Amino acid sequence: MTANRKIWGYRRENGRVGVRNYVAILPVDDISNAACEAVAAHIQGTLALPHAYGRLQFGEDLDLHFRTMIGTGANPNVAACIVIGIEPGWTQRIVEGIAATGKPVAGFWIEGNGDIATIAAASRKAKEFVHLTSGQVRVECDVTELWIAAKCGESDTTTGLASCPTVGNMYDKLIPGGIYGCFGETSELTGAEHLAAERAATPEVREKFMKTWKAYQDDVIEAHKTSDLSDSQPTKGNIAGGLTTIEEKALGNLEKIGKKVRFIDVLEPAEAPARGPGLYFMDTSSAAAECCTLQAAAGYVVHIFPTGQGNVIGNPIMPVIKVTGNPRTVRLMSEHVDVDVSGIVRREMTIDQAGDVLIESIVQTANGRLTAAEALGHREFVMTKLYRSA
Amino acid sequence: MPAPHLLVHHRNDNVGVVVVEGLEPGTDMLCVVTADDSDFNLQVNAAVPIGHKVALVDLEPGDTVVKYGQDIGRVVQPVSRGEHVHVHNLKTKRW
Repeated sequence: MTANRKIWGYRRENGRVGVRNYVAILPVDDISNAACEAVAAHIQGTLALPHAYGRLQFGEDLDLHFRTMIGTGANPNVAACIVIGIEPGWTQRIVEGIAATGKPVAGFWIEGNGDIATIAAASRKAKEFVHLTSGQVRVECDVTELWIAAKCGESDTTTGLASCPTVGNMYDKLIPGGIYGCFGETSELTGAEHLAAERAATPEVREKFMKTWKAYQDDVIEAHKTSDLSDSQPTKGNIAGGLTTIEEKALGNLEKIGKKVRFIDVLEPAEAPARGPGLYFMDTSSAAAECCTLQAAAGYVVHIFPTGQGNVIGNPIMPVIKVTGNPRTVRLMSEHVDVDVSGIVRREMTIDQAGDVLIESIVQTANGRLTAAEALGHREFVMTKLYRSA
Repeated sequence: MPAPHLLVHHRNDNVGVVVVEGLEPGTDMLCVVTADDSDFNLQVNAAVPIGHKVALVDLEPGDTVVKYGQDIGRVVQPVSRGEHVHVHNLKTKRW
């Protein structure tokens, strides 16, 4: 029933399928946020993506900044993009990166022009892009053309019993048909890293995974920890929900990659997958907004977010579908829940049935139905920063 | 089958998860092992909240708590069968 499902999406110039049709107004750096927000306030149908970084970064951290900026503009859910920076050099680099997809993109810079002239010029171009894209009609595409990422948050013990296995069931059904999947959360696999490693498709991928996982343990956790990370990993919310240790949390987390599929590569943060359809592991933070931002920048167009205690995360360009198996969260926070699988813990619903319900929600979301997070205005766009700027 | 009070992932686990709200101390819980759908009964000795763990056997400091058939940490206070297992008596072996 699943692999031949059709969706209505936007076919982009490079052949990718998008499920939203944004004209994004993307700042290169923190000091260009005001100009981007002014353009978005002026020209209806546009979306500003303010963020905190982009100045004096260098090395690997600067590479990640460019990868995130270019990847966000290049995402198939973005129909066209305006880029505004303080100066032309880095602005043009991002414009050229996005232009490689073939989509309409234009850059503007503030030095020598001032905010007001920049906003005027960028607004004129943004209006042109809105007219160019807002009349685009969705076309029939296969559900298997979607790139679907996953990350769990405010997890509790029901995450490992119900919502994460539901996501895993979806991946087991859709990945053989040709979708791209993605899981991350390097720190949060601690305690289940041996099981994650077993799911690598080849010894080379397994070695790359263990190297990535160990590097985070050694370079970040061991180097900076002042305790056993209680209240950070697991979080206060996790503990309130009944999770006690990182091992317990990780074992529940890993349920979302299903029982059968194997991951075919290990990606850098925000790196676009390049080995064809299949499941990918990405080296990410376990913080929801950072992880979702990196997965969207890698090209993922739909996100599945299993939650126990009720994380409310959204993303500006990628619809985030919330799945919960906790009946208390359904009772107290129903406005945030897209897919209620609490029937699993009452033994009224099987994981297989829950997986089908999730796939139906993915189809509806891809067709344009707003998720809870979209309807509630959640647009968390949070860059990952590797170290202090120069 | 009526809705269970407690779910256990794996046959080898020594803890299970409360999946109902408002559990009363002394409840004779219906417990289901999700891996094979087998069931058993266990009396809980406290008002353990939904999502929190209950010991299926007596545990001593130094014992390993097993969930998903895997090691999730070490016991740091004696725990009796039917007792709440959480941050006060279970700690990570990592970090």
